[in-house]
Amino acid sequence: MNGLRVSPSPHRNGGLSTTKIMAAVIIALLPAAVMGCVYFGLRAAAVLLVTIVSAVAFEALFNVVTKREQTISDLSAVVTGLLLGMNLPASVPFYIPIIGSFVAIVIIKQLFGGIGQNFANPAIAARIVLMVSFSSHMTNWVVPYWYRDASSAADAVTGATPLAAGWLENGSGMMVSPFTLKEMFLGATGGCIGETCALALIIGGLFLIITGVISPATPVAFIGAFGVFTLLYTGSLTVTVYQLLAGGLMIGAFFMATDYATTPLTTSGKVVFGIGCALITFVIRQFGSFPEGVSFSILLMNLLTPYIDRLCTTSPLGAKKPEKAKEAAK
Amino acid sequence: MSEEKKKSGLYELTKGFIKENPVFVTMLGMCPTLAVTTMASNGIGMGLATTFVLVCSNLVISLLKNIIPKAVRLPCFIVVIASFVTLIEFLMKGYLPELYSSLGLFLSLITVNCIILGRAEAFASKNGPVKSMLDGLGMGLGFTLALFLMGSVREILGAGTWFGIELHLPVTMTLFIMPAGGFFTLGVIIAVVNKLSKKKPPKELGCAACPNAAACPSYNKEGGKDE
Repeated sequence: MNGLRVSPSPHRNGGLSTTKIMAAVIIALLPAAVMGCVYFGLRAAAVLLVTIVSAVAFEALFNVVTKREQTISDLSAVVTGLLLGMNLPASVPFYIPIIGSFVAIVIIKQLFGGIGQNFANPAIAARIVLMVSFSSHMTNWVVPYWYRDASSAADAVTGATPLAAGWLENGSGMMVSPFTLKEMFLGATGGCIGETCALALIIGGLFLIITGVISPATPVAFIGAFGVFTLLYTGSLTVTVYQLLAGGLMIGAFFMATDYATTPLTTSGKVVFGIGCALITFVIRQFGSFPEGVSFSILLMNLLTPYIDRLCTTSPLGAKKPEKAKEAAK
Repeated sequence: MSEEKKKSGLYELTKGFIKENPVFVTMLGMCPTLAVTTMASNGIGMGLATTFVLVCSNLVISLLKNIIPKAVRLPCFIVVIASFVTLIEFLMKGYLPELYSSLGLFLSLITVNCIILGRAEAFASKNGPVKSMLDGLGMGLGFTLALFLMGSVREILGAGTWFGIELHLPVTMTLFIMPAGGFFTLGVIIAVVNKLSKKKPPKELGCAACPNAAACPSYNKEGGKDE
């Protein structure tokens, strides 16, 4: 009887850990990251590398300076670095990813208490800080396959993103999109390193949903509601599909709006979160002065998350009416 | 109260610098702190204007403290403060028109700056004129120091200049002269001041009373020894 241990439930551990979840997210992000390097060349790979290394270095350094437990082995800094890098254009000077990693890891994540305590998604917040601080560098979009043009001696060739480029008028008076939908789906367009290839992002997102790392509620609500809003407003299916594939919608919906610490816990809360993101993105894209609004929408909804959580609580099986619980609490 | 009366005039002067700094410790006057500190010179101008009003209003209110009826003291304080604000506003408009235009509305808003009303209520209405003036001077200089620090950080990092002098920095971040950068800067400076002044939670409460106890590494390490 000496071996008998008394402990509260749960008694079986599924073996799931932060490290495993983060590793799954990295695996899911890899296809889009690789496609980004294919389209935007070695320069993109270098930006990703600088972002990841600096993010991990800042996390390690901060933990050493503040004498906290070292947390780099949970891979969350790698995910933050990779996500941030994938949200930068390939042509940025290298100090920008380093400043971005500092903002993401030290200011947004560690100063608020480290992993799980941050109020906003570190990669999103850092991207917005960089966006408002270095707007010219951050909107210097590289055109895909620029490095194949051997005659060009330039460091990189830049062009417009699908959202910033104006629609052209063809001979018969119809408005034609500057990129074909196939180009948009495969990602051969201008944009951030990891956001252009919708196909790779959807594959990564499905991988995360199938392995149970993320709930499908947020991405489905986000993408679905955005599609509905755009369809109702523009009345054109082509424009809607174009808008769905353009910009950071896919990477935002699958990888950033599903962050555990900064999004609602319950399924109904996740749906509200997704629809809110979709509404803000739609409003910024259609009526705002910025061409893209996914990152702003996720940051704003991050801030509303505690309130969504409070409104969307689930009631346990057989629970009494909330009024009685309130009375008991008094 | 008897303990407070023993404190020397020098203490009343210096407590405003760090120990009871109106911005970093008592968190008063946040509105001008965030709004006018995009440049170091604006910070100093705003700080000195507020200091002038603080010293004068503290003096007058402390002299009138026995005449003002308790029930209507706040309107009376505001009238005194507003008179001095109008004075400094006209002076600045006449002699420093550039600073006047860059501070804009915030100069008139000194009237409702909670530092001034706070010192009038908490100190000048209970203490003698000399001590009240020293208190006002110390608080005002502490406020100036805080605005100067904020303004310097934001101007150097955000615009690459200091007092308008070009510093030729390789990188500047526009964020710092935007409102969001003001909040970041304020938060980081308050954190540093807290670290330097080694503020600990009150002993009788211990770590267990802290809402962040579950997440606090030192609490977990020590296992809430205080209990």
